[in-house]
Amino acid sequence: MEAEHVEILNFLRKYSPFNELPEEELQIAAKNTSVAYFKADTQILEFNQHIDALHVVRSGSVETYHKDGSLFNRLDEGGFFGEAGLLRKGRVRFPVKTIEDTLLYYIPGDLFNRFYDEYDAFADAVEVEEQRRVSHAVKEHESRNRTLSARVETLITREPIAINKTASIREAACLMTDEKVSSLLIYDDEKRDIPAGIITDKDLRKRVLAVDKDASDPVADIMSENLVFVQHNNRVFEAFLTMLRTNLHHLPVLRQSKVTGVIALSDVARHESQSSLYIVSSIFKQTSIEELSQLVPDVHKSFVRMVEEDANSRIIGSAMATIGRSFKQRLLELAEEKYGPPPVPYCFLALGSMARDEQTVVTDQDNAMVLDDSFDPKLHDEYFLNIAQFVSDGLNACGYTYCTGDIMATNRNWRQPLSKWKQYFTDWIENPSPEKLLHSSIFFDLDGVSGEMRFAKELNQLIRKKAPKHKRFLGSMARNALNRTPPLGFFKDFVMEKDGKHRDSINTKRRGTGPVADLIRVHALAISAQRQNSFARLEEIIDANILPKGRGPDLRDALELISMVRIRHQALALEAGESPDNNVAPEDLSDFERKNLKDAFQILSNAQKYLRYKYSGG
Amino acid sequence: MLYLPPDAENKQEKSAVNWPERFQELAKTAKHPALKRYYEVGIASADTSIDNVPMVAVDFETTGMNPDKHGIISIAVVPMTLSRIDMSKAQQWVVKPRRLLTEESVTIHGITHSEIEQAPDLAEIIDPLLNAVAGKVWVVHYNGIERPFLQGAFEERLNETIHFPVIDTMEIEARFHRQKRSLWDKLTGKKPVSIRLADSRERYNLPFYAPHDAMTDALACGELLQAQVAHHFAAETAIGDIWLP
Repeated sequence: MEAEHVEILNFLRKYSPFNELPEEELQIAAKNTSVAYFKADTQILEFNQHIDALHVVRSGSVETYHKDGSLFNRLDEGGFFGEAGLLRKGRVRFPVKTIEDTLLYYIPGDLFNRFYDEYDAFADAVEVEEQRRVSHAVKEHESRNRTLSARVETLITREPIAINKTASIREAACLMTDEKVSSLLIYDDEKRDIPAGIITDKDLRKRVLAVDKDASDPVADIMSENLVFVQHNNRVFEAFLTMLRTNLHHLPVLRQSKVTGVIALSDVARHESQSSLYIVSSIFKQTSIEELSQLVPDVHKSFVRMVEEDANSRIIGSAMATIGRSFKQRLLELAEEKYGPPPVPYCFLALGSMARDEQTVVTDQDNAMVLDDSFDPKLHDEYFLNIAQFVSDGLNACGYTYCTGDIMATNRNWRQPLSKWKQYFTDWIENPSPEKLLHSSIFFDLDGVSGEMRFAKELNQLIRKKAPKHKRFLGSMARNALNRTPPLGFFKDFVMEKDGKHRDSINTKRRGTGPVADLIRVHALAISAQRQNSFARLEEIIDANILPKGRGPDLRDALELISMVRIRHQALALEAGESPDNNVAPEDLSDFERKNLKDAFQILSNAQKYLRYKYSGG
Repeated sequence: MLYLPPDAENKQEKSAVNWPERFQELAKTAKHPALKRYYEVGIASADTSIDNVPMVAVDFETTGMNPDKHGIISIAVVPMTLSRIDMSKAQQWVVKPRRLLTEESVTIHGITHSEIEQAPDLAEIIDPLLNAVAGKVWVVHYNGIERPFLQGAFEERLNETIHFPVIDTMEIEARFHRQKRSLWDKLTGKKPVSIRLADSRERYNLPFYAPHDAMTDALACGELLQAQVAHHFAAETAIGDIWLP
C-alpha cells in the first residue's frame, strides 16, 4: 500500500506557498519531508552554513537574525525559512534560533527549487513572503534611525548660547548673529543653574523693532519668563507635542536640572509628520462649533497619513489625543466667551484614552469637571452645567460621540468640587469591591485639559499615595481587568462578537487594547507609576521589576501590534469612505497579522493569568 | 497503539542484555534466512551514544491488546536518527490477520474490510519488514504491543521468535513524570500525569496528530523521542541508559 503521510500533507496544504501546489505535488512534498525537534533557545542555523532543505515551522516558534545579531523576523506555525539560502548559493543568510520548543518539517532543497521553477504561483508566494520580510526589516531599521521616536538630546548639536540679563538688547542680537542661533538663554547672576528667560528672533521683531524699543535697554525687558522645559530623555515627538500645546517654538532641554541645549520647532518639524501641527493650529482659529466640526475630515486625513508614514501607535495615539485635547480647549474658550468667565476656578478633566494619550479616530468623550471648594451649587451650578453641555455637544459634533456610560461633566456626579472628588477616590480605594469599581476604572486615567491644572495633579497624587497600600483595591481592579479576555480561539473557530452587527469579527478594542490597558493600569497603580500612557507605565513597571523577566517587553510588543492592527484597519476604512470602527474581520487580516495577533493575544492571556496570581491571591 | 490496559503486560528482560553478542548468537541459531540476515547486520551496543544510533519508529495497528488473541492489521516503520526523522524512507504495510477482525477495530483504524481481505499475510512481508528495521533500534510508545505481537506472529508462522532491544517513549515519560507524584498528591487525590502519547507530546509543545493511523503514530512516537532526549538527556547519552533494561 502506498503510504500517505496524512498529518504532514494536511499541514502543508494549509499554508502558503504550498497551498499553491497541485495535489500530486503536495503528496510528493509530504512524502519527502523529514522532521526534527529542537528545544527552546537552540541555534538551528548558523550564518553561511550549508543548507539543503526548506525549513517549515510545524509547532513552536523561531527567530531569524541578521549577521550582526539584530532581530530580523519571528516565525511560528506555518512560517518557513532557509529559502534565501536555497535560491542563492546554498548558504544560510540569516541565522535562526528557536524561542520555544519547536518541531520543524524539512522540504528537500532540490524539490523546493523544482517547485519554484515550475510553479509561478508558488514562486510568487515565496517572493511575496520574502519581500514582506525585507521591507519589514527595512522599516524597522528606518524607524530606529528616525528622530520621531529618538530622544530629544539627539537633536542637540551644540552648547546652549546664553547672555546675562543685564546685557543690552543690541548685545544679545549681536551674539545671536555671531553664533547663528535663533534663540538665546538669559541668565541671572544670582541663580546660575536655571535660566531666567529666553529670547528668540521673533521677540526681537515683535518686542523691539515693531514697537520701536531702544536697543540699549536690558535684554531682560523683552525675555519670556516661566520657561517650559523638556527633559533630555523625552522623545522627540513628545517635545513636538509640547510645542504644539504651549505654542512655544523653542524649548530648553534639561538634564539633571541643567540646561544642556535648546531645541527649536524647526529641528523637530523637519522629522515630524506635520499634518497634526496644522490641525491643532487651525482648531484654535475656529470661532464656532460648526466651524470646528468642519475640521473632522482633516483630522481623518492626518490620521491616515500618519499610518501611511509608518508612525507607531504611541505617536499616533498621542497626536490624536493632542488633537482631541485641543478641541476641548477651544470649545471651553468658546463656552467661556458665550457664558462669561467662571464664577469659581475649575479644572476640566480628560479621562481614559485621552488622558493616556492613546486615542484613535473612533472614540467617545469621557470627561469630568473638578470645581473649586468654594463652589455653591445654588449659585454656580447652572453656569458649569452650561459649560459642560456646550463642550459635550461640541465634541459630539466633532466626532467624539457622547459617552454611553454617561461619564461626562454634564452628569452632576462628575461635576463636583475637589473635596468631593477626593472623597470619591478615597472611597473607591479604601472600600473597594469589583462591582463598585466596574465603571470607575476610567477615572484612574485622568489628566487636566484646561483651567486649574493643580486640581488634576492633586487627585493624581492622592491616587498614587493610596493605591499601592490597599491590596483589596488592587485585587478588585485586577478582577475587573480580567473581565474582558482576548479571543484566543479566534484563529481556530472564530470567536465572534455577540452584538449581531459584527458577527464575523473581533473587537480589537474590547478584546485587545482595552484589556491590555486595564492590566497595565493595575500594575501601574501598584507601583505609583508617575505616567499614564500605557507604554510609559510599562517602562516604569519594567524598571520596578515586578513582572517575570521578559514579560514586560513582550506585553509592550503585543500592545503595539494589536494597536496597529486596530489603527490600520480604521485608516483603511477611512480611505474606503466607510466609517471606521474597532472591529476587524478575520478575512481582512494578512497571514502575517493573523499569526502575530495570535501571539499577541496569547501574551495578553498569559499576562492576565499573572495579574490574577499577583493581585487576587491566586 | 490503542488502549492501555491497567495490567499492561511487561515482557521486558530482567537483566541487562549484551545485545550485539546476543545478535551474534541468534544469527547462528536462526533458521529463517531473513531472520538470520537480520541478526547478522547487528545492533548498536549499550555504550553507543544515542546520536550515533540508527533507529526506527514503529507502530502496529492491531485488532486488540492481547497478542495471544488478536492480530496485526497494519505496520508502519519510520527510520530516524536523533537529529532527523526521514519520512521519504518510511514504509507501511496492511496485513491480513489470522484472527478475528472486529467491526470496532476496522472503524477506528480507517482501514476497510476489503483492504484487509486483499492484504497479504504477514509471512509475505517478513523480508521487506526485516530489511527496513535491520541494524536499527526500535522506538515504540508502550512496549506491550509491537514486540510481543511481532514475536507471536513469528512464532505462529516460522516456529521461531525474534528478539531485539526497544526504546519505549512511554516508559521514558513514566521515569520523569510518574515518580514525581508525592504522598501529598496521592492523599489529596491529585491525578497522576497522563503518559499517553498525545498527552506526552503536548508537554513538549509537539503538535496534535490525529491518532489510529500507524504511520502517523510512528512519526508521533519518533518526534516524542527526539523531544525527550532534548529535554532529559544529552545527545551523548549511552543508548543503554535509554532503551528498556
